[in-house]
Amino acid sequence: MHHTIEVRDLQFNYPDGHAALRGVALSVAPGEKVALVGPNGAGKSTLMLHLNGILQAGAGEVIVCGLPIRRETLGKVRAAVGLVFQDPDDQLFSPTVFEDVAFGPLHMGLPEAEVRERVERALAAVGMSAYAQRVSHHLSVGEKKRIAIATVLSMDPDILVLDEPSAGLDPRARRGLIQLLRDLPQTMLVSTHDLRLVGEVFPRTVVMDQGRVVADGPTAQVLADAALLDAHGLEVY
Amino acid sequence: MMHIDLADHYRRGSSRLHTLDPRVKVLATLLFIFVATILPPGAWLSYALLFGATLAAAWGSRLGVTYALRRSFVALPFALAAITLPFTVRGEPLTQIAGLTVSVEGALRFVSVMVKSWVSVQAAILMAVTTAFPDLLWALRELRVPRPLVSIISFMYRYLFVLADESLRLQRARAARSAEGADPRRSGGGLVWRGQVAGGMVGNLALRAFERSERIYNAMLARGFQGELKTLASPVMTDTDRYALAGWVTFLAMTALIGFVFA
Amino acid sequence: MLFKPVQLHIPDGFLSTPVSIVGWVLLVAAVAYALRQTRGQLGDKQIPLMGVLAAFIFAAQAINFPVAGGTSGHLLGGALAAIIMGPWAAVLIMTSVIAIQALIFQDGGLLVMGWNILNMGVLTAFTGYFVYALMRRLLGEGRNSLLAAGAVGAWLSVMVGAIATAIQLAVSGTSPLGIALPAMAGVHALIGLGEAIITVGALAFIYATRRDLLGIGEAAPGKASAGWVGVGLAIALVVAAFSFAASPDPDGLERVAEDTGFLERALDPVYNLFPDYTLPFISDPLISGILAVVLGTLIVFGATFLIARVQGRKAETS
Repeated sequence: MHHTIEVRDLQFNYPDGHAALRGVALSVAPGEKVALVGPNGAGKSTLMLHLNGILQAGAGEVIVCGLPIRRETLGKVRAAVGLVFQDPDDQLFSPTVFEDVAFGPLHMGLPEAEVRERVERALAAVGMSAYAQRVSHHLSVGEKKRIAIATVLSMDPDILVLDEPSAGLDPRARRGLIQLLRDLPQTMLVSTHDLRLVGEVFPRTVVMDQGRVVADGPTAQVLADAALLDAHGLEVY
Repeated sequence: MMHIDLADHYRRGSSRLHTLDPRVKVLATLLFIFVATILPPGAWLSYALLFGATLAAAWGSRLGVTYALRRSFVALPFALAAITLPFTVRGEPLTQIAGLTVSVEGALRFVSVMVKSWVSVQAAILMAVTTAFPDLLWALRELRVPRPLVSIISFMYRYLFVLADESLRLQRARAARSAEGADPRRSGGGLVWRGQVAGGMVGNLALRAFERSERIYNAMLARGFQGELKTLASPVMTDTDRYALAGWVTFLAMTALIGFVFA
Repeated sequence: MLFKPVQLHIPDGFLSTPVSIVGWVLLVAAVAYALRQTRGQLGDKQIPLMGVLAAFIFAAQAINFPVAGGTSGHLLGGALAAIIMGPWAAVLIMTSVIAIQALIFQDGGLLVMGWNILNMGVLTAFTGYFVYALMRRLLGEGRNSLLAAGAVGAWLSVMVGAIATAIQLAVSGTSPLGIALPAMAGVHALIGLGEAIITVGALAFIYATRRDLLGIGEAAPGKASAGWVGVGLAIALVVAAFSFAASPDPDGLERVAEDTGFLERALDPVYNLFPDYTLPFISDPLISGILAVVLGTLIVFGATFLIARVQGRKAETS
């Protein structure tokens, strides 16, 4: 049985020389919901950008759904892994919500009827069905974050990777997001600073710091380890 | 964190070339390119002198004698524009390529254009790599380029990284959703659709630029901006700078003379 | 990270000294005038706005879309900048972009920068703007009119830039006009399509999100440009005529054709593909090519002159 996400000794340096990942090892099984926590600069976002091939590994390997990430497999990898960035403004680049959510299925070459159906389903899944003809630019942060998730859901990915989905959300929007993350069936890897969110939604937590995984286990255990949290700049609010 | 590296053009240093007054460097580079351009075709000795000068300057920059050389092949693609010269210029036949006659004159002209272009690019590279961009702008202003234009360019430079980053992130967002469907041959969307998406991204970027400029403007007002960017006091030209410029001009003048006399 | 904008950047060494100097003289005049005009238009917002928009154009040139077999379509941006901000502001924006490209990335030479900016920043801006304004007048208000006008303006802007480049290369003796013109025009007829599509996409986005921004270009100073247009027309005619006389080997093509007949045969399909560039009743391809350029220039500038006139009258009566 293969793991859905398999990261082996992943290393990556930025062009300016900064070593962002120094040998990350991680396995995520199908259906798991995993939280990724750690201080800023730990390499969480960098790791996530490797999971759909936007960044190429300096050394080590990334395998998703049995596919090693290479140039030839990028198309299939991006169909399997839906990556949602931290800033929704970076995710929404079409004039209307509908067009943004439709981009993925259209690029995959699906027939128009199916594209429409997928857009409707994706918007419904995030509770934004009424927003199809709205202009993305004019929406609130919470609304944009949901639409951003929808743009990825419409591709029917096996895995969802979300970078700080709750950042910048007001309490109501945050509550809605928690509900959404609980309801979505996909395998999930979510990075966040919000440790209460982690406790509510994710059974497993991985702690990263300075480009490495420093802890990986059941959430209850990780969050109870005060010394560990303290050593890596984490706090339960 | 996730920045692209636009700053590669300048390498910090304290070589003689680095510490030369930026005005001297700008003038020296422009004069060099002017002489290179004005030389007649086939002035091989002069071309060699110019090439030697770029090597000497590269050595003086302490970045390695071949630094500018290695980076200078940028101009190659445009060689196509001159590629007709060997075939269309009248003269003694030299050889035949693909049934077309290459004339001596034509080949000479073609090589001359390529050499001139090549040394000019190297000079420009050396100027850019040894001069921090703000210093370059300052030099331009001192050399009478209108202040508002220099200020605009200065602003552009500051925000180049910011907007280039945003552009990069938009492209990543698109890449992240550019997947292959069950039939790879039907993936990718239609040509016009792809162009429209790119256009939408450009429009998106434009909007962000506009809104950012409004915020910048407000921030500037809050700090007393009244229409013109003021800068700190500037370096004074030393005797070394003057001698360097004088020597360079003399060298160029002689090179030009040689080129015309011995053509 | 590589930025590869539309490739009209001429490197040093490809234009002769007199041609380069003429370019600089024209550019200095254009920029001086542009600075005055935009100061009046925008006040002290001029510098931050122009600066950020210049950064935008630079960053936007990096956004491409795959066309076929590894090539991709890009934006040059002169027409778009002019449609949004007016032609004079666009001149300043594009001047900054091309200057930085030359100074920092050696994309385009320093001595030839005069013409590079004129080709990619001034001719594109004015062609794009006036064709756009003309078509808007003809097609009326509304989204479709906006997009159609933008598409045609963008396409023509690239064509004019490419043709001008070919003329400069010819006058400098680097490329015979008979080859450079069809080659540049032909290639850029396709590249111009990419420019048109992206420009339309950008305009559509701005129309949907912040329609008010499009009003800046429409209220921009432009009627005073009638004088500029006249000057441009005169220059275009002089250059076109001069290029025929000054081309060091006006019969260069003939010689090769004599030699082997190969080139002539190879060029035939080129001339058939682009009938717009030859007038059928004139047999010498070079002469007819130049006449076509002159005619085309006359048409473009004539139209823009008319528009400037109408705009001027409109502004007076409103």
